[in-house]
Amino acid sequence: MTRLVVGPFNRVEGDLEVQLEVADGRVREARVNSPLYRGFEQILQGKDPRDTLVIAPRICGICSVSQSMAAAYALADAAGVAMPTNGALATNLVLACENLADHLTHFYLFFMPDFARPAYADRPWYAATEKRFRALSGSAAGEVLPARAHFMHLMGLLAGKWPHSLSLQPGGTAKPVQAQERIRLLSIIGAFRRFLERETFGDPLEAVVALDSARALDAWAARDPGRGDLRRFLQIADDLGLDRLGRATDRFVSYGAYPSGGTRLFKPGLWANGPQALDLASIAEDLSHSWMAGGGGPLHPADGVTIPDAEKANAYTWCKAPRLGGEVVEVGALARQLVDGHPLIRDLVAESGGNVRNRVIARLLELARVLMAMEDWIKAIAPGEPFCEQTAIPDEARGMGLVEAARGSLGHWLAIRRGRILNYQIIAPTTWNFSPRDAAGVPGALEQALVGAEVRPGETTPVAVQHIVRSFDPCMVCTVH
Amino acid sequence: MNLLWLQSGGCGGCTLSLLGAEAPHLFETLAGAGIRILWHPSLSEASGGEVLDLLARVETGDVPLDLLCIEGALLRGPNGTGAFHRFAGTRTPMIDWVSRLAARAHSCLAIGTCAAFGGVTAGGSNPTDACGLQFEGTYPGGLLGTDYRSGAGLPVINVAGCPTHPNWVTETLMAIALEGLAVRDLDAYARPRMYADQLVHHGCPRNEFYEYKASARAPSDLGCLMEHLGCLGTQAHADCNTRLWNGSGSCTRGGYACINCTSPEFEEPGHAFAETPSLAGIPIGLPTDMPKAWFVALSSLAKAATPERLRKNAVSDHIAVPPTIRPTKLR
Repeated sequence: MTRLVVGPFNRVEGDLEVQLEVADGRVREARVNSPLYRGFEQILQGKDPRDTLVIAPRICGICSVSQSMAAAYALADAAGVAMPTNGALATNLVLACENLADHLTHFYLFFMPDFARPAYADRPWYAATEKRFRALSGSAAGEVLPARAHFMHLMGLLAGKWPHSLSLQPGGTAKPVQAQERIRLLSIIGAFRRFLERETFGDPLEAVVALDSARALDAWAARDPGRGDLRRFLQIADDLGLDRLGRATDRFVSYGAYPSGGTRLFKPGLWANGPQALDLASIAEDLSHSWMAGGGGPLHPADGVTIPDAEKANAYTWCKAPRLGGEVVEVGALARQLVDGHPLIRDLVAESGGNVRNRVIARLLELARVLMAMEDWIKAIAPGEPFCEQTAIPDEARGMGLVEAARGSLGHWLAIRRGRILNYQIIAPTTWNFSPRDAAGVPGALEQALVGAEVRPGETTPVAVQHIVRSFDPCMVCTVH
Repeated sequence: MNLLWLQSGGCGGCTLSLLGAEAPHLFETLAGAGIRILWHPSLSEASGGEVLDLLARVETGDVPLDLLCIEGALLRGPNGTGAFHRFAGTRTPMIDWVSRLAARAHSCLAIGTCAAFGGVTAGGSNPTDACGLQFEGTYPGGLLGTDYRSGAGLPVINVAGCPTHPNWVTETLMAIALEGLAVRDLDAYARPRMYADQLVHHGCPRNEFYEYKASARAPSDLGCLMEHLGCLGTQAHADCNTRLWNGSGSCTRGGYACINCTSPEFEEPGHAFAETPSLAGIPIGLPTDMPKAWFVALSSLAKAATPERLRKNAVSDHIAVPPTIRPTKLR
């Protein structure tokens, strides 16, 4: 058995190290280390609760709006306030813009460049892939960066700037949309739709969303090979067997996403061989392998504590180990689409579970589904009607804010006493996915997904390991916060 | 020119903001200035061992380090060990990596307020003992100390902002690459004067409300944000409202207060961010370069003269009263 320490792990958000025990050319055991601790939960203690709207987004530069929304929802829960329709639509648009921009950034800049590595020079698809996706120099980046930047003009209009906006409020948005701005939003979304249809899918969004089975996807890919980057990815996935790489626990959670008018665009739930009820009270964070003090059993985040202990024996990461009913779960776009019940994703997971290929397909599917919803939300905005309910935060209260960030389920738990923050606890998507072992020794989702990955002779940073890690679209700055 | 970018106690938001550089896009902008990315944690192909090999060659001087960009605060804790951030793949604290590489750098840039001054990471009880590269809040020193000078003979260049505007970064890098920067190009906090000699107030679309002290009372109101909602735009050094963000945005255009994020210690204003502390109805923080007596006098005069249109629109979320259309010939 040989040990590999892999890091710095780039093209993920933040710093990441993975320790691998390798035997017979396969990963036998993996330990995931989130090596950066900043202490946001400690920084927030004692502050005016409203200040979370400034501080929480700064946990993360890529999930900034998601953090803002979770904080705003937690304050709204504490204050018992609800958003007017316009407020819900506008905040949904801002969150959707961030999530879709993140999906785009992940696919084109973080994930695909690994297939342009010289390690794949013998594959039939290599020449085209290298030309299109090579890090920093591939042709895709030159198209994606401007398309992403234009799409994010939505942020300039609705959130002032991205990242780190203060427009998202418990009662809605501080930025009322005027009539001419509503029209400009439609033109921004329209341009992004045309980019996706031309470059990413090579087909109208409606055709992608209508794919309802693994077989339909295969037929769609075969009909026009090489047209659009999704088809290019499917060809690579097929050749490398990415549907057999990186399977974790196959238990999936989504908090549900994009509320408006009493319903949500994506349903919440737990999926374990079928739909199950999601019991939020059964969430608890285990600290046994984290550099965190606190010897008692796992705590629900509403009562959680964060006291760093860099010297703790048997610990190997700053990340806590959240469990749902004592079990490891996976979160992300795949979980979201599975729980919501999109037929293509249901069929793919029934066939091959959670894996590198299916995670990427779910993300791209979501690009199409959410963009179409954004068009409807913009049309439903009514300038002149209220955008923000005024909110008074009580001096004594608790609140919970749940949101789906691009990379999965994000929760904030807030306790206010005498008008100040008594406790603030955060469980981020990658806290779930990249958690360490718990007290029972059960490894986290990524740690499980890495077992069995191929390590080629001479590899110190195995490329299969990189595909698996990046397939989760990890955000390490959120993970520990 | 070679550019190396490392991240420590920050959120990565300055990098993500930088990706939004437009016309031309980021990669073209850098290429046009002859800047080559040696390694960037979000953008480069190299991972793990490949990166450590590269850093070793930079440390020996085999690979020249023209531009060192550090994003995120420097974490000295716990107890001076730097163990709150050991650079992945090494057991070495990031503060040690940064100190060693800074000694090799021709130009050293702090990207964002965290790297410049400590920023939000140094907020509250500052649990990680975070500081900036050459400042700790408003105090000179920081990780590298007051005597540090890069190969170019300059202190750390503080491209402050939370996050930084993409062009503050690209224009600073281009200025260095094309013409070089001098000490006179930096302000008292070593921020590039190109953007730091402006105020956020300049070009704010709420200026007519400001002139008449027609103030917003609550989020989504159209009025001036200074009197009640914590806006520091009249004091904040940055060109946000003349340069604009993500196409046509800025904080005040987005409906919320400027929180002076290019400034050291902005993270601890001493009051709730979205609330203006005032004494006898007069905001404590006056506009920069404005004598207090004159501000009080002009404000009360302006308030008395506030037109009905501004008084009503200031507390509305849409234009409740449009400007009067005046007969063309009597202008």
